[in-house]
Amino acid sequence: MTPEPATAAPALLELRHVCKAYPGVAALDDVSLELKHGTVHGLIGENGAGKSTLMKIVAGVCAPDSGELRLAGRSVRLGSPRAALAHGIAMIHQELNLMPSMSVAENIWIRREPLNALGLVNRRELNRRTRALLDGLAIDIDPRTEVGTLPIALRQMVEIARALSYESRLVIMDEPTSALTERDAERLFGVIRDLRTRGVGIFYVTHRMEELFALADEISVLRDGRHISTGRAGDLSRDALIRMMVGRELPPLPAAAPTAHGPVMLRVRDLEVAGELHRVSFELHAGEILGVAGLVGSGRSELAATLFGLTPATSGSIQVGGAEVTLDSPQKAIACGLGFVTEDRKDTGCFLGLSVLENLEISVLDRDFVRRGFVRTAAAREACGRMVSALRVKTPGLDERIENLSGGNQQKVLLGRWLLTRPRILILDEPTRGVDVAAKAEIHALIAQLAAEGTAVLMISSELPEILAMSHRIMVMQDGRVAGILERAAADQVTIMGLAAWTRP
Amino acid sequence: MDQALDPSARNTAPARARRLPPEAGILLVLLALAVAFELLGWLLVGQSFLFNGQRLVVMILQVSVIGIIAIGVTQVIITGGIDLSSGSVVALTAMVAASLAQSSEALRAVYPALTDLPVVVPVAAGLAVGAAAGLVNGSLIATTGIPPFIATLGVMVTARGIAKWYTRGQPVSMLTDAYAALGSGVVPVVIFLATALIFHVALRYTRYGKFTYAIGANREAARICGIRVGRHLVVVYAIAGVLSGLAGVLTSARAISGQAGMGLMYELDAIAAAVIGGASLSGGVGRISGTVIGTLILGVVTSGFTFLRIDAYYQEIVKGAIIVAAVVADQYRRRRRLS
Repeated sequence: MTPEPATAAPALLELRHVCKAYPGVAALDDVSLELKHGTVHGLIGENGAGKSTLMKIVAGVCAPDSGELRLAGRSVRLGSPRAALAHGIAMIHQELNLMPSMSVAENIWIRREPLNALGLVNRRELNRRTRALLDGLAIDIDPRTEVGTLPIALRQMVEIARALSYESRLVIMDEPTSALTERDAERLFGVIRDLRTRGVGIFYVTHRMEELFALADEISVLRDGRHISTGRAGDLSRDALIRMMVGRELPPLPAAAPTAHGPVMLRVRDLEVAGELHRVSFELHAGEILGVAGLVGSGRSELAATLFGLTPATSGSIQVGGAEVTLDSPQKAIACGLGFVTEDRKDTGCFLGLSVLENLEISVLDRDFVRRGFVRTAAAREACGRMVSALRVKTPGLDERIENLSGGNQQKVLLGRWLLTRPRILILDEPTRGVDVAAKAEIHALIAQLAAEGTAVLMISSELPEILAMSHRIMVMQDGRVAGILERAAADQVTIMGLAAWTRP
Repeated sequence: MDQALDPSARNTAPARARRLPPEAGILLVLLALAVAFELLGWLLVGQSFLFNGQRLVVMILQVSVIGIIAIGVTQVIITGGIDLSSGSVVALTAMVAASLAQSSEALRAVYPALTDLPVVVPVAAGLAVGAAAGLVNGSLIATTGIPPFIATLGVMVTARGIAKWYTRGQPVSMLTDAYAALGSGVVPVVIFLATALIFHVALRYTRYGKFTYAIGANREAARICGIRVGRHLVVVYAIAGVLSGLAGVLTSARAISGQAGMGLMYELDAIAAAVIGGASLSGGVGRISGTVIGTLILGVVTSGFTFLRIDAYYQEIVKGAIIVAAVVADQYRRRRRLS
């Protein structure tokens, strides 16, 4: 399906012997790659492998120390993102760079607005151009909509439309699906395939292997700043890719013990939150991992927030360990033995300016490490130090600031924060989002181990393979309701997606 | 997520920089300023700037009141907030405390029946008024969710108004000797340094401090970790209010009178001291030791210019430049450490 360019025609972009070093670390070490016209080129590698650095160089965000970029056969220097845009190279960032209080059209054409005779912005022309652009991509958004009111998936479409408004020949996408539901991701893939047929070359950076196999024509693996290999997607297997990425064999996904549940730890009856949850009922047993699947907006995260006392329930009952409780504040939830690793590490998880130690100790400070208001520093350090080594967090020390850790290690610290509270019930919302493959396997093993030790785990995830591999039972949510609860043996991707996308007549 | 493990971030600070406390840079600025004034002193005035014990005491005395306020403001800034009301609270507490500290010789005492009270009464009243103002700040922020800038701006205007209304604009004078003694000699300096020590310890070694930093670093995460964010903010603003009250007591004791115009712009000097000392207005960052150094920098500039007999006008011009330069230099240093 890849249109092979004529042998003589130069590749769209050729990277030759690109090197980039940061003080003490070689971020990129002699990387040579080719991106052909009209292909999707997947880039995969663990965190820190150099994917982002490489893409920043292609997008003109930073300059290589040595090496050459050849665009359609001509050597180019890209001093800035603007210069890259002028060469037809656009990058769609992991964190979307849109101005939420401005309209879709204004965002797309910023600093290129069509003007009228008075030098003011010609709104009608602005919206007309936007409409034409969006229609070309089969995206149905009113150009006048304020971007801040759009869901993430549509914002991403706007970002893509903006990239294309520069007549880009080369589009870089860095983890574009990390905030998307499966359905929205499919839509994005449709747009990407459409771009490909128009001859646009796409660098696609991701952690998700399924996406690579669904989309990419070629896949390159980076590891520790070096280019390990490039191959046609059809010639590669998942296992081969993982081996190249990590340079070692991975432990297989832990096979969770089949239905060896303990007593009921959490019993939820007819839980109701106005406009968000409707008659949600389920039971969670000690030692059980209950996977929660569903599309974004199906009420999964709202359920977690309600159980943890962040958005109190309007009606319904919650029993923890057989006792009826009212969870209307996080303090109460913690006192009942709940722990909650939120979906968004940066926004609601990490204390970014603070150290690993301060990030760990915070939730048990009151209970374990404070005497008459004073923190027992030595005791806290000792306990947190043990947690760091138990979870194998890679950090230079307890005093390292958490923002200097990789996503996977940050996630382990957040898990550790709640493990210190010795929770009876652990709620995990997207526990491995944006985490590299090796750390992901470790986190999975850890979750399985916690369950085996008797912790009741409620695991929300958008990754069906993760849900299927880890859960004892799977609860599918749809539109604020429980669409069904499946035994693991009875569950597969098709059944789950069927329930998740099923709409009430 | 790759940015998090970007190699540029991976080996951030060389080991040496990590061992230096964050105040090292700003301490260097303080020393450089002192040395500069020392050299200029010998060149222009023919005497030493630093080796004059009395001058050093006066220097710290002048900024003690600002320093005490800045200690409270630093804690507010660490939570990601701001307190604009400190200067007005100084005026209000100065008025209230002074009105309860009048001696029986006062001709038109505010409370003719309440003269010659023991010194603890006006002091307690001043601190209580400060605490009340802080509670209003904190409660407004915690319950209505309006930005601290707006809440404390409102209290700033209102407190100044109450201070003026309290005696219909008349100054309160003829205070007892015991009260005046609070503002004389090195007493304010001792109080400033003692306050600094207490809150240095509180921020670094107590639960109160840990929660303060956590709220500033990530308010939502703090809430999820079980911290009662609203309640804690009320406490922080109340402490800032008490310290403004303390500053008001010392100001009126030193002037031996209470005036509604006292403490004008003190809030900005206090914020400047905190920010020069490394506190970040985006929250989660700041230390009392830094704020003390920031306060001393303000003091060195003020007394240095007086010492060189340079016009007071130039003082303010240079002070503004120093505030901006200190923060720019600090940011530059941090950024370099990160790459």
